[in-house]
Amino acid sequence: MNAAIDVESITKRFGGTLALSDVSFSVQQGDVLALLGPNGAGKTTLIRVLTTLLVADSGRARVAGLDVRKDARAIRSLIGLAGQYATVDELLTGRENLELIGLLYHLDKAVYRDRAQDALERMSLTGAGDNQVKTYSGGMRRRLDLAASLIGRPPVLFLDEPTTGLDPRTRNDLWQFITDLVAQGTTVLLTTQYMEEAEHLAQAIVVLDAGRVAAQGTADELKDQLGGNVLEVQVTKRADLDKAASLIADLASAPPRLDTGLNRITLPVQGGARVLIAAGRALDDAGVELEDLGIRRPSLDDVFLAITGHPAAPGDDAGQGSHSPEAVR
Amino acid sequence: MTDVAIRPPAAQAVPLTLRLAVRDIGGITRRNLLRIIRTPQLLFMSIVQPTIILLLFRYVLGGAIRVPGLDYVNYVVPGIFLEAVLIGGMTTALALAQDLQAGIVDRFRSLPMARPAFLAGRTLADLCRSVVALAFIIGLGLGVGFRFHDNAGKCLAGVALIIAFGYAFSWVYAAIGLAVKDPQTAQMAAILPMFILFFASSALVPVSTMPGWLQTFAQNQPATVTINAVRALFEGGPAYHDLWQAALWCAGIFAVFLAISLNLYRKATA
Repeated sequence: MNAAIDVESITKRFGGTLALSDVSFSVQQGDVLALLGPNGAGKTTLIRVLTTLLVADSGRARVAGLDVRKDARAIRSLIGLAGQYATVDELLTGRENLELIGLLYHLDKAVYRDRAQDALERMSLTGAGDNQVKTYSGGMRRRLDLAASLIGRPPVLFLDEPTTGLDPRTRNDLWQFITDLVAQGTTVLLTTQYMEEAEHLAQAIVVLDAGRVAAQGTADELKDQLGGNVLEVQVTKRADLDKAASLIADLASAPPRLDTGLNRITLPVQGGARVLIAAGRALDDAGVELEDLGIRRPSLDDVFLAITGHPAAPGDDAGQGSHSPEAVR
Repeated sequence: MTDVAIRPPAAQAVPLTLRLAVRDIGGITRRNLLRIIRTPQLLFMSIVQPTIILLLFRYVLGGAIRVPGLDYVNYVVPGIFLEAVLIGGMTTALALAQDLQAGIVDRFRSLPMARPAFLAGRTLADLCRSVVALAFIIGLGLGVGFRFHDNAGKCLAGVALIIAFGYAFSWVYAAIGLAVKDPQTAQMAAILPMFILFFASSALVPVSTMPGWLQTFAQNQPATVTINAVRALFEGGPAYHDLWQAALWCAGIFAVFLAISLNLYRKATA
């Protein structure tokens, strides 16, 4: 079986900025690959290259077996793209949007009318189908945007931050929807800033940082790369934070992360209970008052931090261990 | 949302034929016409502006302007007709910049549609709006004393020339909108060519009243040539010389700015 998406050494510069640097990976047909990275990591640029909106400076990429450069127009019949910003027309109704996209996919009128109706039903938009999109909520727009990307029934789907800014219920609906699509053979490449999303949906994860592939593999493989555990220390007084960090610095296997909002130190460590006891003893001996002390398996967030040296999503510094979309909204 | 009926493969790339390209243009034109109808305030403004100019030059300033061999109302109104289609074209720049900013262009460019259809559909929809505005201004012109003096065929030819000029010029506005990419800037930038071409022309006063250095420009620029041709067609004078010049200008502007716009659209990465 050929890869549905095959990226080889793609490089793209904007002026003096290296947006993508020697990016390579592939996605098997029927898989979901998550491109994980902070804003500015190059996720959207890569999507634009793969959806033929942008020509890379060097490297090769194939989508559905076709070269993005030579067979751009043929690829456009085989892909769907849903954007980070819901790119639907505000002044058109939901149905008009879907039918226009269907027409531009060169479907017959009877076919795109049926599919538009289908899509409205599937996305629970039947009641609003004949209202102008400007009256829609954010979640409705996102659903319509996704429906529009599916009108051509594309075997390969590109979703650029599909759930950014959505409430948890709508997000879960979209996740379920994507899972169903994949179960029927669609290949999906999605970008996300949320570990949880990558872990929930994707068979493979590519961590993109400053235009480079920082790591790739399954969620478990990435966690294994970090190895060991994560020690979490929460102090009662903010003033003790730096002191506590220096007391346990010897135990670390990677640089610690300090969260000044929660007075918390997150520290990758090798070893389990013994490290926990050592940390507890050192902190107690120094008279540091503790709110909480614990040890856990690393999350994908910890992995991301260890790989790139900075958190994945904006606001991670003040967030909790797991970063769900609603935590960042 | 859970019960999905999507069976992916089997999608085949259909070769792009002229028939499909025309269908794409039709789809985009329809989309833009719906947008125009649903923002009636924009259509209204593109009629109000030439209305004010017309009334201003007919009643406020017109009394002080004498042109040889012609009532001023018959002199100035054909110029206002041209202004009506020029001002209407400005919205082409605005609308394209808006589409670029909204990101909807990315969606269109990711589809197998004929890419130039996006621009053709824009200019054709704006052409329809210009025709509506022009029809209104012609009615208003007749209401304030303007009269067609030659036969219907020639008068229709004059109106057709105005529309052709407006359409050719909408590609200038398309290029401006695609180049600046920002709706506000597009609107400001689009006013410039309109001002220069309309005011430094024979639209409002005879070119012979202008200083010599300006006459050279004003006498030969496309708006003057087109207005002179239209006037001659309406009034029954010798139109041939101005007519072929105007036709050449329209064809030239259309060809050059079509090429520029297509090139800008290809590179557009809003």
